[in-house]
Amino acid sequence: MQVFNFAKPLNFMRLKWAAVVLSAVLVLGSFASIAINGINWGLDFTGGTVIEVGFAKPADLVAVRQTLTNAGYEDAVVQLFGTSRDVLIRIPLRVDIAQAVVGDTVLQALNSQQAEAVTMRRVEFVGPSVGEELKQDGGLAMLMALLGILAYVAMRFEWRLSVGAVTALTHDVILTLGLFSVLQLEFDLTVLAAILALIGYSINDTIVVFDRIRESFRKLRETTVAETINDAITSTLNRTVITSLTTMLVLVVLFYMGGALIHGFATALLFGIAVGTYSSIYVASAIAEILGISREDMLPPPPVDKEGEGSEAL
Amino acid sequence: MLNKNPAWRYVLVIGMLLLALVYALPNLYPEDPALNISATRGGTVAEQTRSQLEQSFRAANIAAKSVVLEDGQIRARFNSTEDQLQAREIANQQLGANFVTALNLAPATPDWLSAIGATPMNLGLDLRGGVHFLLAVDMKAALDKNLNDLVQTFRADLREDKIRYRTVQADIGRGQVQVTFRSTEDLTAAEAALRKRDRELVFTTSSDNLTLLVGISEIRLKEIREYALEQNITIIRNRVNEIGVAEPLVQRQGADRIVVQLPGVQDTAQAKEILGATASLEFRLVDTEGDLGSALEGRVPPNSELYYSRDGRPVLLEKRIMLTGDHITGASSGYDEYSQPQVNIKLDAKGGTLLSAGTKNAIGRRMASVFIEYKPGTEIGADGNPVLVKQQEVINDATIQARLGRDFVITGINSPAEAQNLATLLRAGALIAPVQIIEERTIGPSLGKENIELGITAIQWGMAAVLLFMAVYYKAFGMVANIALVANLVLMVGMMSLIPGATLTLPGMAGIVLTVGMAVDANVLIFERIREELLEGRSVQQAIHHGYDRAFATIADSNITTLLVALVLFGIGTGPVKGFAVTLAIGILTSIFTAVVGTRLLVNLIWGGRRVQSLPI
Repeated sequence: MQVFNFAKPLNFMRLKWAAVVLSAVLVLGSFASIAINGINWGLDFTGGTVIEVGFAKPADLVAVRQTLTNAGYEDAVVQLFGTSRDVLIRIPLRVDIAQAVVGDTVLQALNSQQAEAVTMRRVEFVGPSVGEELKQDGGLAMLMALLGILAYVAMRFEWRLSVGAVTALTHDVILTLGLFSVLQLEFDLTVLAAILALIGYSINDTIVVFDRIRESFRKLRETTVAETINDAITSTLNRTVITSLTTMLVLVVLFYMGGALIHGFATALLFGIAVGTYSSIYVASAIAEILGISREDMLPPPPVDKEGEGSEAL
Repeated sequence: MLNKNPAWRYVLVIGMLLLALVYALPNLYPEDPALNISATRGGTVAEQTRSQLEQSFRAANIAAKSVVLEDGQIRARFNSTEDQLQAREIANQQLGANFVTALNLAPATPDWLSAIGATPMNLGLDLRGGVHFLLAVDMKAALDKNLNDLVQTFRADLREDKIRYRTVQADIGRGQVQVTFRSTEDLTAAEAALRKRDRELVFTTSSDNLTLLVGISEIRLKEIREYALEQNITIIRNRVNEIGVAEPLVQRQGADRIVVQLPGVQDTAQAKEILGATASLEFRLVDTEGDLGSALEGRVPPNSELYYSRDGRPVLLEKRIMLTGDHITGASSGYDEYSQPQVNIKLDAKGGTLLSAGTKNAIGRRMASVFIEYKPGTEIGADGNPVLVKQQEVINDATIQARLGRDFVITGINSPAEAQNLATLLRAGALIAPVQIIEERTIGPSLGKENIELGITAIQWGMAAVLLFMAVYYKAFGMVANIALVANLVLMVGMMSLIPGATLTLPGMAGIVLTVGMAVDANVLIFERIREELLEGRSVQQAIHHGYDRAFATIADSNITTLLVALVLFGIGTGPVKGFAVTLAIGILTSIFTAVVGTRLLVNLIWGGRRVQSLPI
């Protein structure tokens, strides 16, 4: 069994400008959405208190809101979480209350005013300084991961490919952020972890294609640069699709079975991997080609101990 | 050409797998509800206590699986949580305040596995429930206190050296002390005098030569911060150890943060009170005239109070407090010239004056240090939380040999360990920098259990989906990849259990699911390569050989970059995310091993040793 079996390489590079335009539009769209809608930062980044309580029967959100208002938390956001019996209460940071005790007072209020006792499932409080630091650290981590990859690919391959790879990764990250901004999905710490994992996964794909580009350049002597790249992408297409498929398969399982806490994580990776598969074919390779990669750049360097003969061999 | 395996490769792969399997095994055994009993304040638990407890459990018809004395603690295991709770009550009644009991889940690892150090994976708080606190130490308070101490010291020093000054003030904003003088000569003299006493100060003079600005050197600032952090960690660790939490974690994070994790604790209000509880210290003279015997019978002299030392010895102390602990600026243990353990104490200027006045007419008398702490007791107050109980105990009493000043030592201590303990307690008496809770996460026990179940279901279904896909798509070779995938999971769990610092969290479990999906990548690369080689007309054996060899460079390159990302993730992550980074990194390493080395071994074993015309791929 085989998904694709092509007699001759597909002409991927024919569509490179269309792909560049499409990606540019999507990236600009993502930036626009982030600028206009912003990102729905989760508790980890904004600070505040989140309380998850469980009810024995389906919860009456109106009554819960009333209880909270009576307790002095008019600005609490109350919603169901995962099931109809789980309620998530978010209380933003305020200067006029002692933050560390919010969780306890809310639980006390709920237990004394609701008809039935609630069970505490989780209480999370994050102070304002912690969230700000996390944003900085998260941004720094992404930057470091990208720079590390830039350096590694430049060392192992070539700088044009390296620029192509990192552009593709940045593209994937921006589009995923864009998705979270457009849909206003909550961006918490696990989503940040998912985006970093995405960087790691997406570079995998890109490197497999690059590896083949290098090999094809060395093997196919009579072809143009575009043809060589097409050949490399075509021959790795089966692998690219199958690996993306198995990964998406487990992510779908994770999305449906991993519980509400893992939703954001699974969403970011599912979307990111779909985009990453596209970008490793189009963005990374197309940019390397546009930057003018040539066969000479990819040939093995002449052996050091034969300096005199090195020029001849080329 | 045939593809055969050298014998060492079988040994390596089978050896690795067996090892991982053995170390992964403890995770399969359920956990027993258990009770940990330890003595407070460095006391010891005797074998006698253990046997008494065992008898009491038997008398109450509680079937204990085992009651053993290990590492100075009694550990009792039970069949059910009901037994465990009942046993705790019995233990609390029988043992009283000198012991702490903690509910726990003890892994039921068989002895032969424990003997080789095999333990189950550490579970993060999001999987087993509990409280996580991130505390920030208020360094500004520590530095401010230091500046204010300097002001006191300068005043005393200048007065002693008979140098005239106008004002000595702390400039908190700039972190300096300003000393103003009437003449430049006074300033010069003062600078020389102060510099001689403390070389860690930085002196600058204002343009009119009448104000001396004294700053604290970077080295000293760093020392102050380290000291404040270490002091807090020591105090919190002592307190956490006394509230009866099994396997608590108190760890430094960064320059001014402390992570406290209390597994199994649900009542955060109590935990917060404990973290925020205040301790203080008082120095008092021992009342030698009063009659201890009649005091014990209730007739305490009017000017005295009855105290007890840690070992239960009654001491009669004067009511007048000579000095309180907030004047202590440092306490360290050391040795005197005869190599006997001692504790060196440093006081601030005011403390020095107070103690000097207090001990002037008391040479030859005994001085006692009383440690006072507020701790939650067994009684439950109106708000549902335990009432804080004031606990006072005499931690040391020693004869005053001479009039004491700002530096003095306590000698006559039995052991270096006791000296160290005393120094810690003395320091704890005056917390120089308060802590603030800046992050708190409480996970209820039901959510923890649910998270584990969700994670395991996701792993099972994810695994099933990938196994099915591979078997259908690559047929017999797919089955080989599937064996590698299962082996990979065993290796991962084995490694996670073996590495002491690795903790499994919910995102970590998601990482395992993700690894299952990505681990087949290496095999897909290899198999696609073999197919290509076959299409190009190579023989079966050559195709296998080239397929593995050529794919390896690609696999290495693509995984090294992912590993790089996992490292970055580990660097920034806290708790759950760190757990994800760990599983991701371990998963990459084990999947390369099983997919490249493991499957090649199997493929060679099945198809490599004979002449075959086609491959079931």
